[in-house]
Amino acid sequence: MTTNNNIHIHEPIIQVSKRDDMIWYKSWIVRAIAIILAMIVCGIVTVLLTGLDPISVYVSMFEGNFGTERRLWAMLKELALLLCVSLAVTPAFKMKFWNIGAEGQTLAGALACSACMILLSNIVPSYLLIPIMLVASVAAGLIWAIVPAYFKAKFNTNETLFTLMMNYIAMQLVSFCIVFWENPKNSNTVGVINPDSMLGWLPSIGGQKYAMCVIVVALLTVIMYIYLRYSKQGYEISVVGESQNTARYVGINVKKVIIRTMAISGALCGLAGFLIVSGVDHSITTASAGGMGFTAIMVSWLAKFNPVVMVLTSFLIVFLECGAGQIATAFDLNQSVADILTGIILFAIIGSEFFINYKIKFHKKNKEA
Amino acid sequence: MLVATIIKKSVEQGIPLLFGSTGEILTEKSGNLNLGIPGIMYVGGSAGILGAYLYENAVATPNPLLCVLIPLIASLIGSTLLALIYSFLTITLRANQNVTGLALTTFGVGFGDFFGGSLTKIFGNGGTLSVKLSSDYFKTPLPFAKSLGWFGEIFFSYGFLAYVAIIVALISAFVLKRTRVGLHLRAVGENPATADAAGISVTKYKYLATCIGGAIAGLGGLYFIMDYTGGAWTNGGFGDRGWLAIALVIFALWRPNIGILGSIVFGGLYIAYSYISGLSRSAIAIFNMLPYVVTILILVLTSVRNKKETQPPEHLGLPYFREER
Repeated sequence: MTTNNNIHIHEPIIQVSKRDDMIWYKSWIVRAIAIILAMIVCGIVTVLLTGLDPISVYVSMFEGNFGTERRLWAMLKELALLLCVSLAVTPAFKMKFWNIGAEGQTLAGALACSACMILLSNIVPSYLLIPIMLVASVAAGLIWAIVPAYFKAKFNTNETLFTLMMNYIAMQLVSFCIVFWENPKNSNTVGVINPDSMLGWLPSIGGQKYAMCVIVVALLTVIMYIYLRYSKQGYEISVVGESQNTARYVGINVKKVIIRTMAISGALCGLAGFLIVSGVDHSITTASAGGMGFTAIMVSWLAKFNPVVMVLTSFLIVFLECGAGQIATAFDLNQSVADILTGIILFAIIGSEFFINYKIKFHKKNKEA
Repeated sequence: MLVATIIKKSVEQGIPLLFGSTGEILTEKSGNLNLGIPGIMYVGGSAGILGAYLYENAVATPNPLLCVLIPLIASLIGSTLLALIYSFLTITLRANQNVTGLALTTFGVGFGDFFGGSLTKIFGNGGTLSVKLSSDYFKTPLPFAKSLGWFGEIFFSYGFLAYVAIIVALISAFVLKRTRVGLHLRAVGENPATADAAGISVTKYKYLATCIGGAIAGLGGLYFIMDYTGGAWTNGGFGDRGWLAIALVIFALWRPNIGILGSIVFGGLYIAYSYISGLSRSAIAIFNMLPYVVTILILVLTSVRNKKETQPPEHLGLPYFREER
């Protein structure tokens, strides 16, 4: 009979409502708590899996990132590349255009870059080679992005699925080209391009070969921040992202904004591809983009599309990857630990957003029921 | 007979994709674009082989029935748990679906490669992970396959999971198209606010569709590892099949019954190069590109024609929050 009484109580036990903007430091406290909790869970997981004590695990994670000068630069390089792709996807996401094709756009850029390096090295004068490579990479990334953008603007074709498919076309295109460029023959790898002449390699600064990449990306971060925050185009992107109807009403050409923004997004992915080939790998494989296109989406989203915060979020991911790589070698484990730990931390942060955006009110249960 | 062999090989390649796409179709019909499917399929496979390995090593004479049941249940539990994480984050906590899905794929692939790759190291004896015994039970074809010649080869020569895949796809197609539950599910995916107003529990449908979809997709991983590869784990061996399964969803126009044919076509494209003599390696790369190119063409054509029946669910990828209208 008690069930009958309960029916009359309509008040839910938990009530969720949208919160007005939380003060910035409070929201960062929530995120920090989430990360700390996730780190504890990660610690427990690693200990369970490996039977090591957590302190030594964290120590070796730190060593993996900052242990030697070489590791520090390797970490900075990873950070710069991931940040570059993250910056690239940001304008599109801010517009709520779900470009998950950054992987393919980056790879297309890398492919164009290595094509120039291989085919033009001995034809064009060496001072022209790097500019040509840069332009080709940017153009390739741009094309890879603008095709889905055009169909989205014109026919409302689902951009998430379209850009996703474009990734694999780029990948197969790379393996197609590798057949022609392989060195040595039948190795199915391209190997280091121009190992002796170093033609088309980004110059090193002060003996540090990755310094150029880091500087370029640092500049890009500032430019992107200003572009999104203070330029007219940046404002248009925000308006289209908030509501396409509002944008139309105030006279913004939505189709134009979609195509232009995706062009920027793709072009910057192409730039990342250029940095990977010319600045870091001096070679190309189907894994040149290394899943960065997907990781960048999470980096950008975690930073709430703020380029400066993105430095922090991409550092978090890179720290985990380099650290877990060190754990893997130090304790003779499998590299995939990094992915598991990254996954756990991402889940925690994704979940914590809820407590930032929504207010939860608990109602006391009615005693008389 | 060559044709029979090609068809058999295509079907074997297609079955993991069919499981994956059927699961993803159910999920997407509820409006959830689960990009974690590749991760879920990885976990489905690795949890299965984990179960088989532990069981084979725990008893002296493994029981055939348990050899099948334990990996099957382990796989279902693993993939459902992952789908549950996704559901909790996107439905209850209203997180962004793309980000959650990609995080899930990162996690799932890491989980699979970690356990698949270092399982034998963790439990002592080293070496590569192989569960030949259990795998043989998974691979057992129907009893009358041998006696029927090419007919038997095409229709009866697969392990039981292949038939499960086709039956599950047919049932899903029937449920989606012909039952009240299917109608409600489609309503939730097309317009959750309207469905909610009509008294359909949006949360319940989204949770159930995503979790059941995840469990089905996980079976694709299980089939791949226990049947197709013969119970031996190689890191990254599953390749891009998870994403191909998502492509197949588009190819099948969100209909599991078309997915059956589509999976065989995709499977055929996957292996076609090995039956065309004189193909160079570059041509193979072009062949491997075909499924994705075809998918894009279909995606573009259907959006240009803009017919309601062939479009993605209207509310695909968007969160639903009742108070936010």
